[in-house]
Amino acid sequence: MDFLILIQVLDSTLRLATPLLLVCLAGLFSERAGIFDIGLEGKILAAAFVSAAVAYTTGSVWVGLLAGIGASVMLSAIHGLASITLKGDQIISGVAINFLAAGLTVVVAQAWFGQGGRTPPLQSGGRFEPINFPGAIPSKEMADVGPVMQLYSELLSGHSLLVYVALLTVPLSWFVLYQTRFGLRLRAVGENPAAVDTAGISVVGMRYAAVIICGVLCGIAGAYIATALQASFTKDMSAGRGFIALAALIFAKWRPWYALGACLLFGFFFAIDNRFQNILLPAWSLSGVLLLTAFGLAGYVWRKDLLDKIVLGGLGLGVAFVSVLIVASAWSAGLSTQIKIPVVFIQSLPYILTVVVLAGFVGKAIPPRSGGVPYVKEK
Amino acid sequence: MTNNPAIELKGISKAFGPVQANRDISISVMPGTIHGIIGENGAGKSTLMSILYGFYKADAGEIFTDGQKILIPDSQAAISAGIGMVFQHFKLVENFTVLENIVLGAESGEFLAPSLRKARAELAELAAEYELNVDPDAVIEEIGVGMQQRVEILKALYRKANILILDEPTGVLTPAEAGQLFRILGRLRKEGKTIILITHKLREIMDITDTVSVMRRGEMTATVKTSETSPENLAELMVGRKVLLSVDKTPAQPKHQVLEVSKLTVVDEAGVRRLKEVSLNVRAGEILGIAGVAGNGQSELLEVLGGYRSATGSIRVNGSEIDLTGSSSDGQSRRARGIAHVPEDRQREGLIMDFTAWENAIFGYHRDPNHQLNRFLMNNAAIREETAAKMARFDVRPPNPNLTAKNFSGGNQQKIVLAREIERNPDLLLVGQPTRGVDIGAIEFIHKQIVALRDQGKAILLISVELDEILSLSDRVAVMFDGQIMGERDPLKTNEKELGLLMAGIISEAKE
Repeated sequence: MDFLILIQVLDSTLRLATPLLLVCLAGLFSERAGIFDIGLEGKILAAAFVSAAVAYTTGSVWVGLLAGIGASVMLSAIHGLASITLKGDQIISGVAINFLAAGLTVVVAQAWFGQGGRTPPLQSGGRFEPINFPGAIPSKEMADVGPVMQLYSELLSGHSLLVYVALLTVPLSWFVLYQTRFGLRLRAVGENPAAVDTAGISVVGMRYAAVIICGVLCGIAGAYIATALQASFTKDMSAGRGFIALAALIFAKWRPWYALGACLLFGFFFAIDNRFQNILLPAWSLSGVLLLTAFGLAGYVWRKDLLDKIVLGGLGLGVAFVSVLIVASAWSAGLSTQIKIPVVFIQSLPYILTVVVLAGFVGKAIPPRSGGVPYVKEK
Repeated sequence: MTNNPAIELKGISKAFGPVQANRDISISVMPGTIHGIIGENGAGKSTLMSILYGFYKADAGEIFTDGQKILIPDSQAAISAGIGMVFQHFKLVENFTVLENIVLGAESGEFLAPSLRKARAELAELAAEYELNVDPDAVIEEIGVGMQQRVEILKALYRKANILILDEPTGVLTPAEAGQLFRILGRLRKEGKTIILITHKLREIMDITDTVSVMRRGEMTATVKTSETSPENLAELMVGRKVLLSVDKTPAQPKHQVLEVSKLTVVDEAGVRRLKEVSLNVRAGEILGIAGVAGNGQSELLEVLGGYRSATGSIRVNGSEIDLTGSSSDGQSRRARGIAHVPEDRQREGLIMDFTAWENAIFGYHRDPNHQLNRFLMNNAAIREETAAKMARFDVRPPNPNLTAKNFSGGNQQKIVLAREIERNPDLLLVGQPTRGVDIGAIEFIHKQIVALRDQGKAILLISVELDEILSLSDRVAVMFDGQIMGERDPLKTNEKELGLLMAGIISEAKE
């Protein structure tokens, strides 16, 4: 694999990690304030549709972006109303928002454009165009220049504005959370709202502020997906990113810089899927990797409960069995036979990682202590 | 300084629906004094304080500070009127530092760094002025409750509070820590601060207050100078009748060994050893009291004995071994072996709050053939009747078996649990915090029942954080600290100071 391919994969990692990162930080603000938000997915979907539709109609991507943010903030406000003011169940409210967005976007798109629940392709002006840094060269000349120039032109330059915005959001979030009065209160309200209340600060106000910030960031993410990553709205185009971002948030232990790392990792898996549809590996290395996985699982469950041993140990046995099968089938042709890894497996890598993260393999993550609990003032 | 009271309430009333929580309450507290408010649970003390701190709006009445009429619509207004509150359950953010907790809500600007710098400097001054030393960079969850309480006091002082209200401040403290707290309060009084101390402990009122008000059923029944009253007098004012403050009992006549615990060790989910080779024994006809500050392994000990936590070591009841980890390690099997259990937290472990009294009255014993009509149906009518009789015997009010558990007061809930466990005629009774949140009248009754059971020749293991209770009920006292038994004393030959040292883990000085 030469250097250019690596750069291209990383470039694509960055583009694919951007929406995840924005959504992850959105969830971070909300959950740090004690409001769990399972409705991130619905918000980015709604924002994607509204921004694409408005950008197409007005011809201005900026108006589209604002409209997308507006739609997402509106859903946030509904979530806030249900879970803060009316003290309802945050999970139910979030799930409702997901359903609402999934259905409404397609129905409205159909009624508006009549193109089977999608928006027409966005023309120039209705999209965020890549920003080329001074001196950067176009892709087709890339093979002829040195690695530093490749790094500069391909990886650093040539992204849409929102990619850079997302990256800047990380230090900004860190600063707001850890260096400002607002951040101190926001973190406190997710840990012990009673402490905030008795200090004379409005718990409701803090939580609404957090939920609105969440809405704005989700709005930017949705607009990015429809107007920068792609050039129209299509049905269910958020593709589970809201949920993957939640997994990344847990992986990141609710911290901004960790969130950057987690989202880049997920983005990397998506990039691999995009770039390599056919991965060929020699039989010995494939079977080796599988065996190592099986041993890893066995080591992990060694000191666990019986149920863990049965479930994960069984999984490990299955993996080991596949590894043996591979060796057996490749035996006659020699162990260096190239074996094709199924496309579906590559495609499912980010989701497998999500499951692994949520299953708690990455160590114990402690969520904000008052997360998910509506604040009821005690006497 | 003027001669105005630091704080004065006139005719405060507050009703919640049909319940009159406060009726025409008037208090006036002079600056530089400590005023006690004493009353049973539900007497309306907390409601009154919530009104003062802006949580509730009074239906009628006026509040004055230093002669000026003020309105307290929210906590912010209370703070700016110079009122500081130290709640029974601390309002601290556990994973923040001391400094961050003090600054929270009283920041000096948008950005944190200058606020923290300013607070650090002021904290040093406050620490010197009132002898309130706390490490500003310590994380709250890593410091003890005594320290956490200091942080609460510092929080109030940092907000320039002149009137400090403390709600049941000694509930979670060791006697030594309580002593320290009272020294701090004395110091604050000397500096001209006004302190309102809410408590149900008569001794604290007598020890430190200058004046005391007694509340009963939402009304202020009396306000007297502390020096002109007595504990007996206050208790009578609280309950409305004469109360026996000490427990009347004859010396124990212990017989054969009933419970033998040896080398019991518990490791929790996080890998922390909660019990470290605890050994103890209880004989028939005696009460073994276990004293200690909450969280030193007493709960775990009860949970293991009650059959809902596994452990290593051995427990023998009446000479035969009890299964600690296997399939018959559960509450059901323990009860079959003659172990009855009044758990520490009656609302979580003792009762199902949404179930009726008669349903609650048979939990744990619901498989008893007496409760069954046939193989499939329970004999509900008989259970109801039996419960009504039990409720009469244990003076549960109202004596209505069809009422849900949450509709009874704390004392009456406890009586329901006690009736269930005692009336099964167990060989061994485990009792955790029998009078937590129970009013004086009911405490008297519950104590009598426990002593009566002892006199019938039953073995009783009593766990309580109330040292008074341990000392007055127990025939032997063991002290727990950090998952270990620090020592055993004869309640008649020991004193609070010695037990307090043991409770703080200091053995050497506690040796006679």
